[in-house]
Amino acid sequence: MGMKTKEKLIVKGKRLDGRKPDEIREIEMKVGVIPNADGSAQVRFGNTIAMAGVYGPRELFPKHRQEADKAIIQCRYNMAPFSVDERKRPGPSRRAIEISKVTRLALEPALFLKDYPEMVVDVYIEILQADGSTRVTGINAASLALADAGVPMKDLVVALSGGKVDDTLVIDLCGKEDNYGKADIPIVFLPRKKEITLLQMDGQLTVQEVKNIIKNVLKAGETVYKKQKEVLKKKYSK
Amino acid sequence: MTETRDIVIPGEVLGDMKERKSGYGTFSEDGKIISKFLGIPKDSSGYLSVVPLSGVYVPRRQDKVIGFITSVEKVGWVVDINSPWTSFLSLSEGVDEFVDLKRTDIRRFYDVGDVIYAQVSEVRGSDVQLTMKTPIARKLRGGITVKITPSKVPRLIGKEGSMINTIKEKTKTIIRVGQNGIVWISGEKINKAIKAVKLIEEKSHIIGLTEEITKLLSD
Repeated sequence: MGMKTKEKLIVKGKRLDGRKPDEIREIEMKVGVIPNADGSAQVRFGNTIAMAGVYGPRELFPKHRQEADKAIIQCRYNMAPFSVDERKRPGPSRRAIEISKVTRLALEPALFLKDYPEMVVDVYIEILQADGSTRVTGINAASLALADAGVPMKDLVVALSGGKVDDTLVIDLCGKEDNYGKADIPIVFLPRKKEITLLQMDGQLTVQEVKNIIKNVLKAGETVYKKQKEVLKKKYSK
Repeated sequence: MTETRDIVIPGEVLGDMKERKSGYGTFSEDGKIISKFLGIPKDSSGYLSVVPLSGVYVPRRQDKVIGFITSVEKVGWVVDINSPWTSFLSLSEGVDEFVDLKRTDIRRFYDVGDVIYAQVSEVRGSDVQLTMKTPIARKLRGGITVKITPSKVPRLIGKEGSMINTIKEKTKTIIRVGQNGIVWISGEKINKAIKAVKLIEEKSHIIGLTEEITKLLSD
């Protein structure tokens, strides 16, 4: 963040990849990509690809971590070594551990964990190709995988990032905009009641700008939600 | 493209609390009935419910299930019922006669690897108890077991057993279906019966499945 570049990121109202400020990248979603998992999905936002697998509800070990009245959810966010330009050293880093935690907190409010005492729901998110907004792409994939696995949910989970690039408020940042832009905000919400379950910010923004970005993201999130809905229904209408 | 049933996603509003009641697979919020699962909606006797298309088996009282004995304890058996929770069949619920534990090895009744058809007698949180003290319960000898998604069991059985009876008749097999998604098959044309069961599992959401099954079986 705050890295200096002389290049303008937005020229004549067009972004690096030719998008308008309020335009989302091309989205592609697939459900049931991992046969061995109880539920799985793959989501692509432009050049960012995330794959999620859900296992469970299943028995949790070690036993002392079991909760007598509800299930717990375990999340792992992992970037593949080949997902970025320079090889990423495999294994959990400080960043991956943090993202795993916020992913868990973002998904938890959408699930009926009380239905499965002493159990665990495992969510594994793998980033296969990273070009900005990886955590939101991963959460979208996790949402689809959870629905596919038949875990009871209050609502699907929709995730989208917003931010500020060259004094313009934009949504769905790509890698370069993320690195050289002024700020970015990943937002995760439950679409039916527009409840926000994750909101992080990196960079500097005024209060009004933050409010505007949230408004823009909630509006544009409808497109992502529609796409999720479509792909889930499509799995069973062949 | 074949015609399919309506499919709802989690969080989809199904109806109003004023007209209907919230049944299995749904919850109510602000007077609205909302789906919990990705599944097929159902509207019967005033209740709106959703049959999930995937998911694990959650034991409920009175369910008839097929289980595998996984270990023998001092006073009973641990049974795997294709659910995240394991269940327990106690000696008194499993055997009718008096058993002197000092002299008898209870493996005589059920041993590891045996398949039983039993009823869920009690569910308390994660504690699931089985019983054999019901006319239908028995040990299943021989045969082959097949696993299907537990929520698709009603589809396999069909209206008043129509689907399962067709398969039984056409393939000359004996079939027992546990509510937990385990199907036990024994008899003459086992392979054909398995094929039919697998087809139902795969295409449970398609309208006109019965015709397709009849066609498969009469070939």
